[in-house]
Amino acid sequence: MNRLDFIKISEWIEPGSKVLDLGCADGALLKFLQAKKLTTGYGIEISPKNIEKGIKNKVNIIQMNLEDGLSVFDTQFFDTVILSQTLQAMVNIDKIMDEMKRVGKNIIVSFPNFGYWKNRFQILNGKMPKSSDLPHEWYDTPNIHLCTVKDFYELCEKKRLIIQDQLFLTENQPIKYFSNLRGSIGIFKLSK
Amino acid sequence: MGKSVGIVESKIFHCHDELALACGKKLSEFHLVYETYGKLNNKKTNAIFVPHALSGNHHVAGKYHKNDKYAGWWDNMVGPDKPIDTNKYFVIGINNLGGNDGSTSAKSINPNTKKIWGSSFPILTVKDWVASQKKLINSLGIEKLYAIVGGSLGGMQAMQWSIDFPDAVEKILCIAAAPSLTAQNIAFNEVARQAILQDDEFYKGNFYQEKTKPKKGLRIARMLGHITYLSNDSMDKKFGRKLIHGKYNYNFQQNYEIESYLNYQGDKFAMTFDANTYLRMTKALDYFDLEKNFKNKLSKVFAKIKAKYMVISFSSDWRFPPSRSKEIVKALLDNNINVTYVEIEAETGHDAFLLENEHYHNTVWSYLRS
Repeated sequence: MNRLDFIKISEWIEPGSKVLDLGCADGALLKFLQAKKLTTGYGIEISPKNIEKGIKNKVNIIQMNLEDGLSVFDTQFFDTVILSQTLQAMVNIDKIMDEMKRVGKNIIVSFPNFGYWKNRFQILNGKMPKSSDLPHEWYDTPNIHLCTVKDFYELCEKKRLIIQDQLFLTENQPIKYFSNLRGSIGIFKLSK
Repeated sequence: MGKSVGIVESKIFHCHDELALACGKKLSEFHLVYETYGKLNNKKTNAIFVPHALSGNHHVAGKYHKNDKYAGWWDNMVGPDKPIDTNKYFVIGINNLGGNDGSTSAKSINPNTKKIWGSSFPILTVKDWVASQKKLINSLGIEKLYAIVGGSLGGMQAMQWSIDFPDAVEKILCIAAAPSLTAQNIAFNEVARQAILQDDEFYKGNFYQEKTKPKKGLRIARMLGHITYLSNDSMDKKFGRKLIHGKYNYNFQQNYEIESYLNYQGDKFAMTFDANTYLRMTKALDYFDLEKNFKNKLSKVFAKIKAKYMVISFSSDWRFPPSRSKEIVKALLDNNINVTYVEIEAETGHDAFLLENEHYHNTVWSYLRS
């Protein structure tokens, strides 16, 4: 499957630039960017199983807990810092946003949109939402800080981050209109 | 996982080139004992060197004969279908200069005096070892090692290789190591050394002529070392407060199982290990300091290296804890080196690098093949 989020992110990244992928899972995005854009850089991941897969994907992975911050990296060390589908699982979102601002010139964030209509509909039906982008049971989920696209805009404003570009996807299809309602995930390119 | 490399034998490399040492002395000639496993390919691009740690040697894997009680010290890591796969790689183990098991050491004859070196054998550094190892690797026709995989003091040698010979190694696996020793590390080594130095049978390092050896000192040194290689949790799990005969002796005979274990380890070691080697190994550890010649800036150390790195630490290792490995990682990152860092969850302390652990072994296996 051609992952449209990967394609979009690669469009936002300069060829040969230095990228940090926070919560890089099995390194698939980094591998994609290395192939498409000849990027260099590192992924950060905490799960041993993911790290084993990442090594097989030939990407540099640093095992670290994102909650501890990014002190191993110097200020403005990366051209782009990516936080893909990880924001909602972070305890300290304020801290990670500040750290991303510190180590990266550009920031890319993606997350599942809690405001997606199917999620709203499930809540109206009295249940916590479950979908392909939010697959976990409420009692067994890493996602502790879910937000809507509107909420995210507010956070960006508070953090003085400017949204340069954005893409909304539902089942890997792009959504153009009423994105906070119709988009299941949102991907944002931010600058300071 | 995997099979054994089978029956192996040691070889000897004689070097007649002069070797200038960090201490200012020179060795006019030396020999190194080594072993190899697997086959060197035609282009000589599949060689992996496995430097040993404090009490190790060149016998990394396999057995010397069918009824050999013990296999090489890293037999779970090196062999057919093991993480360092001898079906694919040509693996080299070398007994370090000054080592216990056949390489030129204090036990050898000084070619200039025709007498046993004894106390006059020089104190060697990691850098000296690496220089001597390079000569052996060259003699095998290998211009570039595919990888160096080293744990603890072996990891320090691996790092030194990548700094001293940047074109001679492609990948470094630096496991359970540190960029230098802490004061606490040095303190442990000093207690171990004092135990040996103060043994009446040590004769200032010239005990060979007296046909004796400082076993008491070596025992204590090893017992102390052994404590630092384990973790509190792993010791507690294995021994707890278990008594040997189920009751208090009310004397100073061994009473707890941990005492019996440590004494057994001490005895075993004192029987086979050379005191001069032990003293010099601990000194090589103490003197290892990557930053020393780089204005105490670790990031400067790696400025010219070309190797890719994998750094591995173990969660319960308090001799060389994860924080020390992270210092290495940080310095590598500062230089944009390709590095992967893995912190293995293990309760077995520093010893974990020698033990089987699925995630650890998968990680090494994958990295070598990536």
